[in-house]
Amino acid sequence: MGGMQEGGEIRDAKDRYKAGVMKYAQMGYWDGEYEPKETDVLALFRITPQEGVDPIEAAAAVAGESSTATWTVVWTDRLTAADAYRAKAYRVDPVPGSPGQYFAYIAYDLDLFEEGSIANLTASIIGNVFGFKPLKALRLEDMRIPVAYVKTFQGPPTGIVVERERLDKFGRPLLGATTKPKLGLSGKNYGRVVYEALKGGLDFTKDDENINSQPFMHWRDRFLFCMEAVNRAQAATGEVKGHYLNVTAATMEDMYERAEFAKELGSNIIMIDLIIGYTAIQSISKWSRRNDMILHLHRAGHSTYTRQKSHGVSFRVISKWMRLAGVDHIHAGTIVGKLEGDPNSVQGFYNVLREPHNPVDLQRGIFFDQHWAGLRKVMPVASGGIHAGQMHQLLTYLGDDVVLQFGGGTIGHPMGIHAGATANRVALEAMVLARNEGRDIWNEGPQILANAAKSCTPLRAALDTWKDVTFDYASTDTPDFVPTPTAA
Amino acid sequence: MRLTQGTFSFLPDLTDDQIRAQVQYALDKGWAVSVEYTDDPHPRNTYWEMYGMPMFDLKDAAGVMAEVAACRKTFPNHYVKVNAFDSTRGFETMQMSFIVHRPPNEKGFALVRAETAGRNIRYTTRAYATERAEGERYGS
Repeated sequence: MGGMQEGGEIRDAKDRYKAGVMKYAQMGYWDGEYEPKETDVLALFRITPQEGVDPIEAAAAVAGESSTATWTVVWTDRLTAADAYRAKAYRVDPVPGSPGQYFAYIAYDLDLFEEGSIANLTASIIGNVFGFKPLKALRLEDMRIPVAYVKTFQGPPTGIVVERERLDKFGRPLLGATTKPKLGLSGKNYGRVVYEALKGGLDFTKDDENINSQPFMHWRDRFLFCMEAVNRAQAATGEVKGHYLNVTAATMEDMYERAEFAKELGSNIIMIDLIIGYTAIQSISKWSRRNDMILHLHRAGHSTYTRQKSHGVSFRVISKWMRLAGVDHIHAGTIVGKLEGDPNSVQGFYNVLREPHNPVDLQRGIFFDQHWAGLRKVMPVASGGIHAGQMHQLLTYLGDDVVLQFGGGTIGHPMGIHAGATANRVALEAMVLARNEGRDIWNEGPQILANAAKSCTPLRAALDTWKDVTFDYASTDTPDFVPTPTAA
Repeated sequence: MRLTQGTFSFLPDLTDDQIRAQVQYALDKGWAVSVEYTDDPHPRNTYWEMYGMPMFDLKDAAGVMAEVAACRKTFPNHYVKVNAFDSTRGFETMQMSFIVHRPPNEKGFALVRAETAGRNIRYTTRAYATERAEGERYGS
């Protein structure tokens, strides 16, 4: 669609800046010839124009509304280097198999953004533009953050490599569990769950996203009892253990107070929820870097804008923003569990979080080549409806650098929490051992687990209890490109 | 108690054949394998004693197995582990670390609590074995 002439940019200054309303493409927000600069921020939007709206004009409007434009011509543009500040839509492609939808590629000059600020980046890219009337729907699918901009962000306070060195845990996924029931336990009972799960074999336990400081358990009580449990489990096993203490609160002052208390008690990890907002995340990330704290992020709220394909922000973009903003853990899907997660899309998120460089990979939803310039890696967390019987699938899909979180799959074990934790740890170690020996774990997985269960009664019980549990529903957020089989 | 540090501590002790297969996996990936030992198994004792240097450019697991056997023989009452280092950019750390030998009687740890202000407690994990001097901690 690069051949559009009529309605293209008006280059004569007198005509261009005449008072009134004109098309965004005419104002200079479309340039089919534009070659993105190495330092440009690039964005890919899925646009669904209203009936009768030309896709190129719609793409130009998105470029305009997410950069310098207003709805009418303003003479004050002429006091600036307006051409450089205008974002430029430079490519529009129909979405395969989705009539009425288009992929619009837009380039933004680096000087449009403040260094190291997700708030500033997002205020432009997902600011006013998402409510723009000429579009029925708009979704931010992917972004390319230029290395020049990446280097202005701190990134994860700890990162995968340093986290493993601090924990002294190598060569296998980490294991976690969320304390259940998520609401209602007293501090003392809550700590019991933590102690049993950690002593039984998990590396981490976790507060849930909505555990903050409620009438049944104030935050200081939770922190004190949990740290007793963590230290007891550490002494009982000789292994480093941790509990993600959720410091999410109403104000930054409250969050800092809780984080300081976690540090004072010797916790190695704290936790926040995505709903605290980008600025709060960057603030607590800097605090975490200063205080040798691992920072866990629960993605509470993300499905309100990531799940539907027509409108919102893809989780791969959220993953990129969170790697820049600086978190050490982020929930990124399980593929096999109870929450939304197409295998290709989820692997795309994992690659964004863990790789030093992401090449274009349309099948996994990666539209841009992204270099991370040495920015530390984020450990993805797989949580929600997973159990020991799926260990071969989890290891195959997700690899080693991941936290596998079995909440119900630990605490719901028929022989108790300790046994549930042991079952998960034995299943995991047996699967890693078999994989390294060269076994085909995808096909032999159930047999490998059954063999390991011969010397581990808790694993046998776990396999029997959850053998038929799957969550096999169609995903809504799937990539638009499928590999075309080539003739042999 | 059973010390559960390392990649495979929840499985029955690995046989030499199983250890060899893991070492070969590491060598095939191009990782350098090393052997370390200690009689101070505190969870935050980062620096176990090196039983020689990491074995760079090794192709056959037999070389590592000989070192493991020699280390076990020299230190029958210590913990011995095998590590694999990955020098790939972006990792440059250990990719595996697993225990291949344990003292006959694993004594475990005491949790020492120092009560401080309010309800706060300062915790110290102390290995029972480290109450004695290095080299005299496990076994007879």
